[in-house]
Amino acid sequence: MSEETIRVRLNGEDRDIAPGMTVRELLESLELRPELVVVERNREILTRDRYPEVPVHAGDVLELVHFVGGG
Amino acid sequence: MTETTTKAEASDTPLVVGGREFRSRLIVGTGKYATNEVMVDALRASGTDCVTVAVRRVDLDRSKEEGILHHLDAAEFFLLPNTAGCYSADDAIRYARLARAAGFSDFLKLEVIGDETTLLPDVAATIEAARVLADEGFKVMAYTNDDLITALRLEDAGCAAVMPLASPIGSGLGVVNPYFIREIKRRLEVPVIVDAGVGTASDACITMEQGVDGVLMNTALAAADDPVAMATAMGLAVRAGRLAFRAGRMPSREIAVPSSPSKGMLD
Repeated sequence: MSEETIRVRLNGEDRDIAPGMTVRELLESLELRPELVVVERNREILTRDRYPEVPVHAGDVLELVHFVGGG
Repeated sequence: MTETTTKAEASDTPLVVGGREFRSRLIVGTGKYATNEVMVDALRASGTDCVTVAVRRVDLDRSKEEGILHHLDAAEFFLLPNTAGCYSADDAIRYARLARAAGFSDFLKLEVIGDETTLLPDVAATIEAARVLADEGFKVMAYTNDDLITALRLEDAGCAAVMPLASPIGSGLGVVNPYFIREIKRRLEVPVIVDAGVGTASDACITMEQGVDGVLMNTALAAADDPVAMATAMGLAVRAGRLAFRAGRMPSREIAVPSSPSKGMLD
């Protein structure tokens, strides 16, 4: 693992990402539309208005969820 | 699908759940359709204005188009998130909170499954989760067994609607116990919406003839050879069943009674 990345747990998998990103920047780097994704960080749900301010730290456990078809 | 409303239907009150009025008594699930285009066509053909959706992880390695909101207009259909796939009260509560954070409404179809084979609900966990979520302001519509006592407990827990099954999820067996469904409807004050087990239009009609407030289905449409045609049939069947219930059926009796006069016959 390079010094220029940090490791996070993202939807059940380890991922190395650039340091210093906010949640919003992380979503953008994954080409996800923030208005369609709900983020849970370390078991805490983030309201959408906090995406631009909440930083992603090494070791964070992030769940990115959305609505899919279902009964 | 024709938009005409008959005179008899115009005198009916609309389905109201948790203070929200619905145009249709049919709620449709959005899972398992062959394509998203077929799904949207089927939803429109059914006449529904409320559709269920599930909460799942974004698949980070695939197309970004798999989210249902890329295909469904939330202004056209009211989104009812479910907790499908949850096997404990804690999981269901977690999924419910994630669903609400999506920002559409406080409505939730609560579902806590107790058994992988039958997909029958864990009613104790459902009641536990319902109480927590209702206290948090959720409008809980709880999927449950066709059991009166559980239905009463769910109403007492603060549910906005109680949703007994007709038969197991995806089974297409229709209403296996119409008496229990009627008894639940008779005893509850909140709306009773039958959820799961409807297989074809006659099942939907028979369900509504029990006097319940609505019916929810998914597989019956998605697994039909022609989902759009079946959706049309279901929309008509729900309306027909509702009308027949309100019309008040004749008593069934195991004896023949002539329809034509017995007087006036020739010698």
